[in-house]
Amino acid sequence: MVMYWVALLAISILIYLLLDGFDLGVGMLFGLADGETKRDAMLRTIAPVWDGNETWLVVTGVIMWGSFPVVYAMVMSAFYIPVVVMLLGLILRGVAFEFRGKALRSRWVWDVSFVAGSFAASFMQGAMVGALVEGLQVSNGDYTGGTFGWLTAFSALCGIGLCFGYALLGACWLVRKSEGPVRDDARRRIPPLAIGVLVFLVVVFAYALAEHLPILQRWTDRPYLLVFPAIGAGAAAILAKSILDHDDYWPFHMVALIFVAAFATLALSFWPYMIPFVVTIDEAAAPHASLAFMFWGAGLFVFPLMLLYVAVGYRVFRGKTVSATDRY
Amino acid sequence: MDPTALLLSRLQFAFTISFHIIFPAFTIGLAAWLTVLEAMHQYSGKSVHRTLFEFWLKIFGVAFGMGVVSGVVMAFQFGTNWSVLSRMSGPIQGPLLAYETFTAFMLEAGFFGILIFGRPRVPPWFYLFSTAMVALGTTLSAFWIMINNSWMQVPTGYVMQNGQFVPDDWAQIIFNHVVWVRFPHMLLASYLTGAFCVAATGAWYLLRRIYRAEAHVMLRMGLALAAVLLPVQLLIGHLVGDYVHDYQPAKFAAIEARWHDEQPASEVLIAIPDSSTEANRYAISIPVLGSVIGSMSLTSKEVGLTSFAPQDRPPVAIPFFAFRIMVGCGFVMLGLAWFGTYLGLKHRLNRSRLLLWGIFLSFPLPWIAILTGWYTAEVGRQPWTIYGVLRTADAVTPFLTASAAMTSLILFVAVYAFIFSFGTYYIYRLLRAGPAGLGGKPLHVPVPNRPMSLADQMPAARSYLEVGE
Repeated sequence: MVMYWVALLAISILIYLLLDGFDLGVGMLFGLADGETKRDAMLRTIAPVWDGNETWLVVTGVIMWGSFPVVYAMVMSAFYIPVVVMLLGLILRGVAFEFRGKALRSRWVWDVSFVAGSFAASFMQGAMVGALVEGLQVSNGDYTGGTFGWLTAFSALCGIGLCFGYALLGACWLVRKSEGPVRDDARRRIPPLAIGVLVFLVVVFAYALAEHLPILQRWTDRPYLLVFPAIGAGAAAILAKSILDHDDYWPFHMVALIFVAAFATLALSFWPYMIPFVVTIDEAAAPHASLAFMFWGAGLFVFPLMLLYVAVGYRVFRGKTVSATDRY
Repeated sequence: MDPTALLLSRLQFAFTISFHIIFPAFTIGLAAWLTVLEAMHQYSGKSVHRTLFEFWLKIFGVAFGMGVVSGVVMAFQFGTNWSVLSRMSGPIQGPLLAYETFTAFMLEAGFFGILIFGRPRVPPWFYLFSTAMVALGTTLSAFWIMINNSWMQVPTGYVMQNGQFVPDDWAQIIFNHVVWVRFPHMLLASYLTGAFCVAATGAWYLLRRIYRAEAHVMLRMGLALAAVLLPVQLLIGHLVGDYVHDYQPAKFAAIEARWHDEQPASEVLIAIPDSSTEANRYAISIPVLGSVIGSMSLTSKEVGLTSFAPQDRPPVAIPFFAFRIMVGCGFVMLGLAWFGTYLGLKHRLNRSRLLLWGIFLSFPLPWIAILTGWYTAEVGRQPWTIYGVLRTADAVTPFLTASAAMTSLILFVAVYAFIFSFGTYYIYRLLRAGPAGLGGKPLHVPVPNRPMSLADQMPAARSYLEVGE
């Protein structure tokens, strides 16, 4: 039962990374787009799906609360500032979808809040992961790191890295979903973004080596973990080739695969801890009565249905989106 | 624990949930009304229903967006500010909120995109189905939230183990009768909100002598629904009062501003409660009525606040006044709905401009009633967060500093005020422009695969069928 909910939590986080990742990425790239036609076309590729994408963050949050309340309580309260800023960022970018079309003179306000909100949410998510990797200061089961304990050079680096990662994913999404100048712009941005991600990975690895982060020992203990970086490298090679070939379909899938590989690496490095070296999965797990109650309804039946909604949603809005002006 | 951080956390929770509740209260009713309109349009083919659907869908879109983003905050705020509560009650509240997200949040999010953008891409029956799924999602969401909140009001079906509330009877938690009076109370409140907003918009157009056909449909449907639901709501409201009387006597005494035990008890209609003297000033009260309302008896003894230790008493002024404002709003709405429906049946609604003004200006009443009702329930629950078991002061994140809490509160207030003023302004502009605003550039341009054509529609219809099966 515990393992089932660990798996569902991992799957939900991964789905969130991939889905909201690309629409947060499009949000950040939105700031670089010149002209209303391009901006409108970019927004059109994500407008029907962003709400569903963001809901996976809530799914992650409530699975964590219901199945691992100790972790939920500790992580949310320790990351007070980043969680609040992330939520405010998501609010500002979320309302921009609806408000932008209704605004006349104030449209620029929502353009700014869309871009800034996307950046704030992405950066804070990366920074929180970075702070977890570095380790939380905990004594006697209580967080003792202070209000800004999460903010270090390393976590800031991870925040920037995730911004690059999401932007890369967003650029590939645009290549896949749009045509004309929007696609060409996005394709031009993939190489610098990909290099940015690569540089980030190298720096993070070097930092982890230099600082002797305890999580690094996992790699010497568990050499099979190296399978995932290898998969990531393979995906990166196919990504490079598909960009050179001007292919629209493969880049998104390859970057998604890189995300999967990175996530798997991180998740298996944490194992069996949920908060590294502080709380293990078994210590964090809710009582059996809670897990079983969730399993026999939400877990077993509704979760597959949720995947079905996602599939239906993406199926209905599949293919390239065409801008309104091109339609007539 | 820092007392300032505690106070700020309470203010922040109250502020963010008050802001959030405004939107679901509106969209639950509106989603149901959209489903009815779409079904009527598909059944009868009348264009007025389609026009109204497209018109209210735009307003629904704005309100729904604000509801979603402010709702995401709620799922995390338990953990950020109330870490002790979320660790202790996680085994019960966590699964309930998980069910909410899984069954409701995901359902509405999944079909919302189709509702807004998908009409050209799916066949009519699937579009109607999507509308109904969004409506079902908003309703289920309220259902789980009310179970969750009712458990905090009347905790049941649990045992304490290792400092956690461990569920031992889920049926008791979900099917206890407190839930089954509070959930209908909230649901009807949402339907009444939708009904009054629709009716008020209709009245507004009639006063401006525009969109007569649409305005009549809106007024008739809105008022008729309100006229039927309001008496039911008052009855269920009384049943909610009964549970408070039986399970939360201190809250009941605060609502009644009853300081001392009385037998038979009088009912304070209006007064200024003064906690320093433990008495009411300028009280107008009716003898014996308090016993009738509390226990349906002429002789019963009703408990006063001084029967509880001072540290176990809720604040009195807020529940006392909030409750009276809520009931007052209910009666005003009842009068408007009944009188308006009566005149509508006599076909005299058009000429009665005074009543039309009354209906037009009544649109904030359901929201005021919902917010004051919520304050009665939540402030009346104090000083407990889980009634009788966990004090609010013990539930707050122990290491939260006042400066962090102050920063987040200021940020929330600033951002919410910003988006609220723009959001209501945009909704106002849509309402003022009316259904004819649709004639110009459509605001939600559909997103077809390729230039729209019949050939394009057919495979789309077939393919989602495959998915659906």
